[in-house]
Amino acid sequence: MTGPHEEVRIGVYICHCGSNIAATIDVGAVSKYAATLPSVALARDYKYMCSDPGQELIQKDIQEYKLNRVVVAACSPLLHEPTFRNATARAGLNPFFCHMINIREHGSWVHEDQVQATAKAKAMVRGAVGRVALHKALEKRKAPVNPQVLVVGGGIAGIQAALTLANAGKKVHLVERQPTIGGHMAQFDKTFPTLDCAACILTPKMSQVNQHPNIKLMTMTEVVKVDGYVGNFQVTVRKKPRYIKEDLCVGCLDCIEACVFKEGKFEDDFNLGLNKRKPVYIPFPQATPKLVVIDPESCLQLMKGKCKQSCVAACERAAIDFSQKPMEEVLTVGSIIVATGFKAFDPARTPYYGYGVYPNVYTALEIERLVNASGPTGGDIVLRDGRRPSAIGIIHCVGSRDHRTNRWCSRVCCMYSMKLAHLLKEHSGAEIYNFYIDIRAPGKGYEEFYERLLEEGVHFIRGRVAGVNDWAVTKEEEGRLVIRVEDSLAGFVRRIPVDMVVLSTGLEPHADAQEVRRMFNISCSGEGFFLERHPKLAPVNTNTDGIFLAGCCQGPKDIPDSVAQAGAAAAEALALIDHGYVEMEPMTSYVVSDDCSGCKTCLNMCPYNAISRDEEKGVAVINEALCKGCGVCVSACPSGSIVQNLFEDKEIFREIEEVLAYG
Amino acid sequence: MKKYSYFPGCSLKGLGRAYEESFLAVCKALNIELKELEDWNCCGATAYMAIDEHHAVALATRDLALAEMNSTEDLLAPCAGCYLVLNKANKYLAKYPRIGGTVRQALAEEGLKYEGRIKVRHPLEVLLNDVGLEAIQQKIKSSLRGLKVAPYYGCQIVRPYAVFDDQYNPTSMDKLIEATGAKVVEFALKTKCCGGSLTGTLAKVGQEMCFNLLHEMKRRGAQVVATACPLCQFNLEVYQREIAARHKEDVRLPILYFTQLIGLALGLPKKALGLQRQIVAADRIPAECRAENPI
Repeated sequence: MTGPHEEVRIGVYICHCGSNIAATIDVGAVSKYAATLPSVALARDYKYMCSDPGQELIQKDIQEYKLNRVVVAACSPLLHEPTFRNATARAGLNPFFCHMINIREHGSWVHEDQVQATAKAKAMVRGAVGRVALHKALEKRKAPVNPQVLVVGGGIAGIQAALTLANAGKKVHLVERQPTIGGHMAQFDKTFPTLDCAACILTPKMSQVNQHPNIKLMTMTEVVKVDGYVGNFQVTVRKKPRYIKEDLCVGCLDCIEACVFKEGKFEDDFNLGLNKRKPVYIPFPQATPKLVVIDPESCLQLMKGKCKQSCVAACERAAIDFSQKPMEEVLTVGSIIVATGFKAFDPARTPYYGYGVYPNVYTALEIERLVNASGPTGGDIVLRDGRRPSAIGIIHCVGSRDHRTNRWCSRVCCMYSMKLAHLLKEHSGAEIYNFYIDIRAPGKGYEEFYERLLEEGVHFIRGRVAGVNDWAVTKEEEGRLVIRVEDSLAGFVRRIPVDMVVLSTGLEPHADAQEVRRMFNISCSGEGFFLERHPKLAPVNTNTDGIFLAGCCQGPKDIPDSVAQAGAAAAEALALIDHGYVEMEPMTSYVVSDDCSGCKTCLNMCPYNAISRDEEKGVAVINEALCKGCGVCVSACPSGSIVQNLFEDKEIFREIEEVLAYG
Repeated sequence: MKKYSYFPGCSLKGLGRAYEESFLAVCKALNIELKELEDWNCCGATAYMAIDEHHAVALATRDLALAEMNSTEDLLAPCAGCYLVLNKANKYLAKYPRIGGTVRQALAEEGLKYEGRIKVRHPLEVLLNDVGLEAIQQKIKSSLRGLKVAPYYGCQIVRPYAVFDDQYNPTSMDKLIEATGAKVVEFALKTKCCGGSLTGTLAKVGQEMCFNLLHEMKRRGAQVVATACPLCQFNLEVYQREIAARHKEDVRLPILYFTQLIGLALGLPKKALGLQRQIVAADRIPAECRAENPI
């Protein structure tokens, strides 16, 4: 450890990063220049500073040359600051005496001129050398990790993550905004490529969730506020009224039978409006929890306050409660898994495919219900106009791979289109035409499934469909839907008359993804899916510690991938819990009480509510545990009495002065 | 009284005279004051745009500059081609600085400049949004009740810029036709190309495209077609005999401008609406319809 009067001895290390830096920056020259700077005891350049020999070099030098400061000029601190701080610490030096500057992303990768890029690197090194001399020894704080986990979203990803954690003995809060868990998977008929029934593999997991002693399931519930930090989050959730006392209802469904509406009259969301439900309903027979729900927008009692309430009379357990109000609750958890899923593309945005204009144009999700044995037609392929189709066209990439709508490939549509082709053929005997751009079947058994479809005699026409309408040119086309497409293999424009069109709609982020992102303080990529910390090496982490991603909220993926990712997210949460504590960076702010006038300016500025006012002394006080080190209060303080560790004014000014003094 | 600048373009003075006559008559009846742009020049149409965008935009911008110099009113361009090209000039000037440079230089040689303030609008939008259906309905003197009209928009009014209507299923003309009491025939080809200049260059291909439209409109029971573009009107009307001979099918349909239909409903005289200029006479509409209609 260096005392205040000890001579400062700095070691400077310039990384080549293979050729990533060395090809554009003359690393030898930078190293020679660094050696001439005041207090620099030695300067070296090395091929890969982050490698074991690179780190050992620093450790050895610290001991041999009695270095007490280290500057590493390499890549982004986001990637390797911990690496070099740890190497410094291993040599017995306080890790915060190591400072890193980025001459790759801020240097070689963004410049072409070698002379100028080298000059910039030298200036940056000079700034760093000036600043590091002023660094103080700092200590990381430790905080315990709350072992409870919040899982947001009860689709297959959320279910899998919750079960994994619960089976490991951890307490899980599973929050779902719909009346039942199961998500989109519950709506699917069969799953590709094995054609096992979605319900048969999903519903046992749903009931496990409901019965698991370690899982607290909260349906019709949304997260409204997230406070705290990794290991110690306070999450406010709001439960919408179900108008049913959940502890009393046993799911006998007598109330539905008794409802004053004799027939279903309102759009049934689970079946995408293909049939009607009553104001009191259960989303589907295996809904979990198996509780009815009353829709306040169609129930006469809730809308008009006037109904003879035959449902109440029918309920032997007096479970119906029209007086329920939204309720809020604060959950304390150590980590959060966000598994909020996706939204299917709305084909109203591709009007040339006729959805909403021609009743026999369907979305793929509607077909999932239509082919399902417990769906609105019991699996019978009957068109909206009552006819049975003799030819069906399936249009791929609706709202995917399209500059007019969404540019990304939704990854699952080729496979589910082929699955639906198989099922529709099996159920109806119709001729099936697939219209595709490319067949993307990169999964275990996926390509084989494509081959199987070809053998079954399903037609595949390569070409993006121009339009679907009822413009008939020939007798055969009269009264049917005509798909116009350029067959890019045959090389001419074709008109294919069909009776039913299926739009293979892509996957999109939820409409409120941006609000959710802000609430959890995580990022979105350009298209609006939640952003992982690293696309390859940290695919379930986010930039906020303790918050993990699973399933389609991070990007389109199929069921196996969602399940695998959910497992990975659960493992990350478990690692955090079993580690027991989190180390917190010491770059927090503190108030120099003698200078503080108690003006309260900083109190409102702090985004984390970390500052309070000590009324007795009349000064501001910063709670170190809540401070994230954003620095807003430092810049807001009119008397300059707030100091941020590692970003002290004199450190920043010295760095600027030295950079400007170069050349 | 609503005021606008008016850009007729070459079509409305020649091939599309009936469009101009009926448009002016309808505007007068609906209290719309039009001031024809003085010294206007050809908009360049889509042909020039395809060859040299810089010069084509300069040519069109001269008209916009004249309009801006003389008034602050919106500029009405009834011809779909003019409407598109003038709009495109506005968009390109805002989007591409290099085109802006060429245009500034060209205009400066004539002592003109253009600040980009002129809004180019189509009569469909003006009648629907500025005048309003209610005001039109109040002035209907002889309803076209029972007449089955196929509203045909062509491509240029909604593509590539869908300023006031849906790109694939426009309805502004539908609403105006319904206001006259007539019945709108639903068909899928409202914005499908009429063949454009192909009828002149590759006659067989162009006429085939006209046939597709006429056949489908007739199949849907249309008795008359309403158009909003002189080229659409021309293509659909003048080749009917050749098309009928080739396809051995009766494709005879009167092709009117939507302004002529509105004019008839407003009770304006046929001559004021240029109806005598039709090649396929509008009085060939079935007798039962004629009985209750003024056509």
